[in-house]
Amino acid sequence: MTARGISEQPLLRIDAVTKRFGGFVALDNVSVDIRPGERFGLIGPNGSGKTTLINCISGALRAEVGTVVFAGEDITRLPAHMRTRRGIARSFQIPRPFKSMTVAENLMVAIDFASVADGFVSAAQRRDGVMSILMRTGLASKADVSATRLSQVELRKMELARAMATRPKLLISDEAMAGLSSSEVDEVLDLLMKLAGEDITIIMIEHIMQAVMRFSQRVMCLDAGRIIAIGGPAEVMANQRVQEAYLGT
Amino acid sequence: MSRNSVVFWIGAALFLAAVVLMTQVIGNQYPFFAGYVILQFIVLAVAWSILGGYAGYVNFGTSAFFGVGVYTAVFLVKAIGAPLAVQIAAAATVGALLGFAVGLLTLRMQGIFFSIATIAVTIVIETSVTNWRFVGGAAGIQIQRPPVMPPFDNYVQMLFFVQALLVVLAVATARYIQISWIGRGLQALKDDELAAECTGVPTLRLKVLACVISGALMCAAGAPAAMYLQYADPSSAFNLNYSVTVLAMSLIGGTAHWMGPVVGAILLGVTQQLLAVTISSEVNVLVLGIMLVLFVVAAPEGLLGLIGRLVRYRAGGKA
Repeated sequence: MTARGISEQPLLRIDAVTKRFGGFVALDNVSVDIRPGERFGLIGPNGSGKTTLINCISGALRAEVGTVVFAGEDITRLPAHMRTRRGIARSFQIPRPFKSMTVAENLMVAIDFASVADGFVSAAQRRDGVMSILMRTGLASKADVSATRLSQVELRKMELARAMATRPKLLISDEAMAGLSSSEVDEVLDLLMKLAGEDITIIMIEHIMQAVMRFSQRVMCLDAGRIIAIGGPAEVMANQRVQEAYLGT
Repeated sequence: MSRNSVVFWIGAALFLAAVVLMTQVIGNQYPFFAGYVILQFIVLAVAWSILGGYAGYVNFGTSAFFGVGVYTAVFLVKAIGAPLAVQIAAAATVGALLGFAVGLLTLRMQGIFFSIATIAVTIVIETSVTNWRFVGGAAGIQIQRPPVMPPFDNYVQMLFFVQALLVVLAVATARYIQISWIGRGLQALKDDELAAECTGVPTLRLKVLACVISGALMCAAGAPAAMYLQYADPSSAFNLNYSVTVLAMSLIGGTAHWMGPVVGAILLGVTQQLLAVTISSEVNVLVLGIMLVLFVVAAPEGLLGLIGRLVRYRAGGKA
């Protein structure tokens, strides 16, 4: 790593990660580096290990073999909340809002627990922090609405907003667009683009190919727990094995 | 201090002043005897709701904590003749340790499995105490009260005051947790533990903290009971009725706010005392059961939730 110089030090290094569930190998010796500021697309058929990989990154699962290094620090054994505090945030494939709270309170949890060190001291400052994120995500008018009353697209946005409130360096979006209409997909995609413009590295898992193509600088395709292609979006899409994995042989 | 806090502490001071005044003015001993039990249940219900209400981990082991409190006091009296304050402080410490152990259970058990495990803890501890000769074993043990301290002229009056102090302590603790970041974290993990963890909430640490605080308060509430009854035996100290009653009180009052278990404990406690005098103490259990069913069906968020809903409904009607 030192040989390549500090400027090229990856933000996230996944090194030979293997994850088994009983006899089933969900991830098989996966290694990849994510550069700071990169927009990284993660694709692959259902069951290929995409969500398992990001669970290993965010700490919902722990890799038995291999290491996960974030910003130069080995985080393989850290619990999820410690990783969040170090700057890894994620959204969930099926939104998991705090149902007994309002939208603003959902974000307040993140402010209270993940970005306490960032100077949100007074209640007013914390409220301002929440409102500015809600403004950017287009949820400002829903601040005091219960999370149970949001529509599907609003829930996805709130998941991203809550992740943003933790002040992440790396944001992992797990199928934030699944099941949305095409105009809603554009809304969420614009939001992710905007966030990427704020110096946040983003890993996007997605099945909607136009979205992946438009968003990603680099794309990685998993199949049966292995990396079968990695590179520029067009190059990966044109890859024979990727097409086979998606369409069958 | 915020305005709410000022109001709260003035209320607490008035409550304690009223309790002291009662002990000086009322000559009849019965109100203190009955009032003590109600105060004890307020402490237990408030303590229970810190874990069961805020964090959503239903603890069926209230009787384990209560009984451990009773027997910590019994042990200290028998071994070194410790004064009441030491008994309570020691019970709180033991309760905190027991809470820590129970808290570690939450590492692997959620929902109904945690609840079942807490019942198992109760049985294990009760069986151990039953076979512990030094504190009387299954037959129980008689305890002599030491002379009472002024300004009280009767030991039960003093215990009544001590339990009132514990009520203030328990309510202040629960209130602090509710309005602080701890409460928000517990609420988040109650809603969704994984999402909370991924939002930066140290879920395990918060759950263990809630168990420790809740356990310490429950054991402290149990400690004076040995002196109150001048007698302790395992089957009454570890009686499952404590668990069920305390759970019912919290649920009937409502668990989202510290006021809920207080209201529930007063309501059910007074009802039980009245029934015990006028009909029989066995009817208590029946009434408890019926009220619990009614509330679970008609007002799942408890009395406070019901009142809140009515207020919102009327406000909405006007607008």
